[in-house]
Amino acid sequence: MREAGYRRERLDRGIKVRADDVFVLTSWRELLYLAGPRLAAMTVLLGFPLLRPWTGAYWQTVFLIVVAMMLLATSWAFLERVGLVSLGQSLFFGAGGYLTAIAAVYLHLPSFPAVLLGATAGAVVCAGLLTPVLRLRGVYFSLVTFALPLLFARIIEATKILGGTEGFAGVPGLGGLTLRQYLLVLALLVTVFGLQRLLDSDHGLLLRAIRDNDVGVRASGIPVGRWKFTALLVGALPATFAGGVLATHYHVVGMSAFSLEYSVLPLTAAVLGGSEMLAGAAVGAALLVPLSEVLRAFGTLRVVAYCAVLVVVLVGVPEGLFALARRRYHQFERWVPV
Amino acid sequence: MERVLVAEEVSKTFGGVRAVDGVSLEVRPGEALGIIGPNGSGKTTLINLITGFVRPDRGRILYRGRDITRLSPEGRVRLGIVRSFQTPRPFYHLPAFKNVVIPLCSTRAWERLGSGYGRREEVALDLLEEVGFERDAAAVYKPAAELPHGYLKRLELARCLALDPEVLLLDELFSGMSPAEASSLIPLLIRLTGEGRSLVLVEHRLVELFQVVHRVVVLDFGRKIAEGPPAEVMAREEVRRAYLGREVAAPA
Repeated sequence: MREAGYRRERLDRGIKVRADDVFVLTSWRELLYLAGPRLAAMTVLLGFPLLRPWTGAYWQTVFLIVVAMMLLATSWAFLERVGLVSLGQSLFFGAGGYLTAIAAVYLHLPSFPAVLLGATAGAVVCAGLLTPVLRLRGVYFSLVTFALPLLFARIIEATKILGGTEGFAGVPGLGGLTLRQYLLVLALLVTVFGLQRLLDSDHGLLLRAIRDNDVGVRASGIPVGRWKFTALLVGALPATFAGGVLATHYHVVGMSAFSLEYSVLPLTAAVLGGSEMLAGAAVGAALLVPLSEVLRAFGTLRVVAYCAVLVVVLVGVPEGLFALARRRYHQFERWVPV
Repeated sequence: MERVLVAEEVSKTFGGVRAVDGVSLEVRPGEALGIIGPNGSGKTTLINLITGFVRPDRGRILYRGRDITRLSPEGRVRLGIVRSFQTPRPFYHLPAFKNVVIPLCSTRAWERLGSGYGRREEVALDLLEEVGFERDAAAVYKPAAELPHGYLKRLELARCLALDPEVLLLDELFSGMSPAEASSLIPLLIRLTGEGRSLVLVEHRLVELFQVVHRVVVLDFGRKIAEGPPAEVMAREEVRRAYLGREVAAPA
């Protein structure tokens, strides 16, 4: 205990009291309290590629994949907030990859425009394919997202189009590894902060209301179908972009882009990190992918260890690691004079 | 005579059951029309047909002379045809006042609200006060899931009022409310008709209903069996027989 005349007070007290959700900041300390965690995360993301002389190329490639998976996970969390539970993030990932390859190889576009076109076209195609099930409530959307990537992989295998089982080769590289890393990091920052801001706005409110009761939203004069479609389009874009950039990284897109792994990982990441905030899913992916890499040394035991970690976290911290950390952060206390 | 809303011979069959069978009705500006009838007589289906949540098999719906039979529900809201639901299903995860912000995001609100569109939360709080929430009471900021039934009904009414309705269709607004709660809303409903808005009330609570409506339509097995001023209609033998088969409350 500290001497009399002091009491413990939460760090955010002064800030929370002054306004409900609009923060009025009066000191550098308060500014740092709010911006600190965001700045720290940005520093890690922007700084890691600069550490290449110390980490070596291998971990830099892992970092590239980590950021791509963070994009997939954020996309999943956004769609989930709108009530669209996707079991097929690989649909978006694969569509972005293959369409980027088509744009580069058949349309002879340079790699960067090819990625932009591939990602946009991928989002449009996926949203278009899923439009018929948007009207249905319940598990239908999930089931169809689950089935479509399997369907595409089998079509490519059976008809041998787009390179068949060999993969669609000949995608030109997009700059160096560092450029690709920064492209994905930039996309991730825009996605996490931008979509979170969207969710916190009145339009985000609408999306949450649609998840609660879409009939009530229609009765309130809002075209629910158009909103769901837009949300799907926006939500798919980060995932298709990740697929496109990775296609230029490997110079080839294979059927594996549609594999189950890319559907399961974002879901697991969101559960691990907690999908209350979009950043939770991203943090989950940032923990899972490197963990999986570290465990590679253990051979088959890797899967056992991986699953063990998951079970322990899920049972111990059901709200998710990010949600826990966030809650604890806001509970920090300090001694202040009475 | 001027008519805002007209239903012409509308019919709807669900799997062989004629829910609504050739019903015609008209609503005049500033008029309160009651629709009564036994359970399953097609009252709610009629509201669904008028508001576009169900398409009629036959017949037409006209709004100010324009055929809106094929217009979407949200398109009709934009014209000012607004409904409430019998079982209130609020946006459970949103605080009560945010429930009212949702309709304020619509095209209808944007066209009607002017500068209020940018001050949606204030407008929502005013509307909640109008339907009987105490200003700044905890109930206003609580998630809608935690509100008692009577408040959910009021919340549903506020959601409708946010859309500045020309024709407001209320599906059993009073059900589940105490007599005191129900009576407290009657002056508001009468004021709405005074502002030139038309009300269509589907209701079982006749005592409260007859304090508001000018005219009633009686449905039985999807057909209109009577229409006219409440006292006159309730005096008819076939209405008494069809409606309850037992004593009916006298019109106030």
